[in-house]
Amino acid sequence: MSVITPPGQAPDQQVVIEPPARQSYLRRAANLQSVWILGVLVVIIAAFSAAAGTKFLSTSNFSLISQNIAVWAVLGVGMTFVIITSGIDLSIGSVLVFSSVIAAKIMESVGGDGWSTAAAGIGGALVSGIAWGALNGFLIAKAKIPPLIVTLGALSVALGLAQVLTGGIDIRSVPESLTDFNTYIKIAGIPALPFVALIVLIIGGIVLHKTKFGRYTYAVGSNELGARRVGINVDRHLIQVYALSGACAGLGAVLALAQFGTTTIAGQSLTNLNVIAAVVIGGTSIFGGEGSIFGTVVGLFIPAVLQAGFVIVGVEAFWQGVAVGSVLVAAVYVDQSRRAAALRGSSRPSLFALLGAKKAKEPSR
Amino acid sequence: MAPLLEARGLSRSFGHVRALDDASFDIEAGEVVALIGDNGAGKSTLVKALTGNLPVDSGELYFEGAPVIIHTPHQASEMGMEVVYQDLALAPHLNPVQNMFLGREIPRKGLLGSLGFMDEKQMRAKAEAGFAELGGTVRSFSAPVGAMSGGQRQQIAIVRAISWADKIVFLDEPTAALGVVQTKNVLDTIKRVRDKGIAVVLISHSMPHVLQVADRIQIMRLGTRVATMPAEGTTVEQLVGAMTGALDSQTVKRKEKAS
Repeated sequence: MSVITPPGQAPDQQVVIEPPARQSYLRRAANLQSVWILGVLVVIIAAFSAAAGTKFLSTSNFSLISQNIAVWAVLGVGMTFVIITSGIDLSIGSVLVFSSVIAAKIMESVGGDGWSTAAAGIGGALVSGIAWGALNGFLIAKAKIPPLIVTLGALSVALGLAQVLTGGIDIRSVPESLTDFNTYIKIAGIPALPFVALIVLIIGGIVLHKTKFGRYTYAVGSNELGARRVGINVDRHLIQVYALSGACAGLGAVLALAQFGTTTIAGQSLTNLNVIAAVVIGGTSIFGGEGSIFGTVVGLFIPAVLQAGFVIVGVEAFWQGVAVGSVLVAAVYVDQSRRAAALRGSSRPSLFALLGAKKAKEPSR
Repeated sequence: MAPLLEARGLSRSFGHVRALDDASFDIEAGEVVALIGDNGAGKSTLVKALTGNLPVDSGELYFEGAPVIIHTPHQASEMGMEVVYQDLALAPHLNPVQNMFLGREIPRKGLLGSLGFMDEKQMRAKAEAGFAELGGTVRSFSAPVGAMSGGQRQQIAIVRAISWADKIVFLDEPTAALGVVQTKNVLDTIKRVRDKGIAVVLISHSMPHVLQVADRIQIMRLGTRVATMPAEGTTVEQLVGAMTGALDSQTVKRKEKAS
């Protein structure tokens, strides 16, 4: 090394090996939006617990909450991938409805209440979801239509076709094996639907954070041109990511059928926005390149806990919307200021993160 | 011996604009060749044509003496050529190790590897070795690249390129956005790369830097190579003269002497 460091030179020039791992974990954790939002969730839970005591902090209450978010959690996995690529998928609610109609039609024609009937329906829902997702992905990657427009179109078309297929009337022919699965079965003490959602979340987290597929998802969202230049097949990857989102909507359709025992044609009009809000609250950047499944889980719990808490405390549930909206805007504000500061070269800029730096006891230079 | 990479009579038009007009280029193994010329002289277009990023209308490429046609950047990579673009093409949210192995991840052994799991430990060890070899100024291998300084990002892009290139590295204006010390680091890096036996093609507007590190200088004007000069004994005035066309007769004479 023949680097001469003049006095007063920026630390840029020093050859410094990695700082100790523990401290860097702490500092990195303090910078993660999902950690901050987890803090917000803990505060909310603590506040409701203080106000309502064991009525709020009970197994049955949290069991109910987890059942309420099971479907959204499955959709949230796909949405997290999509948003990390700096895309958006508005169509998931409608694709869910379409897939559940397909599944219900198949199960109706197969007949019976056993698992074979349900399996045929599940297969149909997954195929239908993947097909919608792949179509979205193809139009986005190959035809270069913006994701917002493509999935807005798919939202309308999928819902329209679902209504055409059913005449707008919900189908109730869901086999008992599927509805019983929701009602009676508990796995490891967790009701069946949240358990399925948990499995999907874990698999999604592993794929996103540990595999090449996940790495490329970040790379595409972070610098699409750069990803192309290092030889990543960006078009194919985008199609796969949207197909994954579609598959999640297909699985979500099955869970919704099990939960409600009927297709929910009119009931999913805000599903897409609720899921997007949860993903974004959880620290996944709408500009791409950043995000985690863990954050999405936390982002899902915040609205659900608020709703359950308001009901128990006796506040009108309408306040939930007010609270969630505020959290959403605040989360994106923090995210943006972090980004702006990262561009300036500093890693710890925003109000929240400044507090975090103090907590992490940054050594003075 | 045939040059490592040679281009003869490359031409390429965009509509009525002849971006490359019978342009030639050659580089030997382990040599630093600077490519200079005014804005729009065709330097970047030539590099694109040499690395499979741009099809040409006419002309031939020879790699180690054998005629080749390079269709894709991927093909150029496989032949041992890498390009460091002006915008560096790094993913700002990924860390240096992830950037270095992007698109070339080392899979885990066995079933997990075929499922797409990556051997993070091995990648990290290799990346650290690569940075150590070049005397890197990268401080953290776990922080995202976007939070690093321009000099560090440049270093990461260069280390990535030379880790994969075993024949030629193309550097498109590597010092344009850098301070004095960072520039010196990049120039030192270029010399170290050359000492490893890898040829370097350096595009730059900075004449002093070019004279400092290059073995030969090829000057382009209006889409063609107008002169080749040895760096030794050439002055900035001569380079500028050749770039602008003011010294045409003299450069031709020098070129004859040089060859």
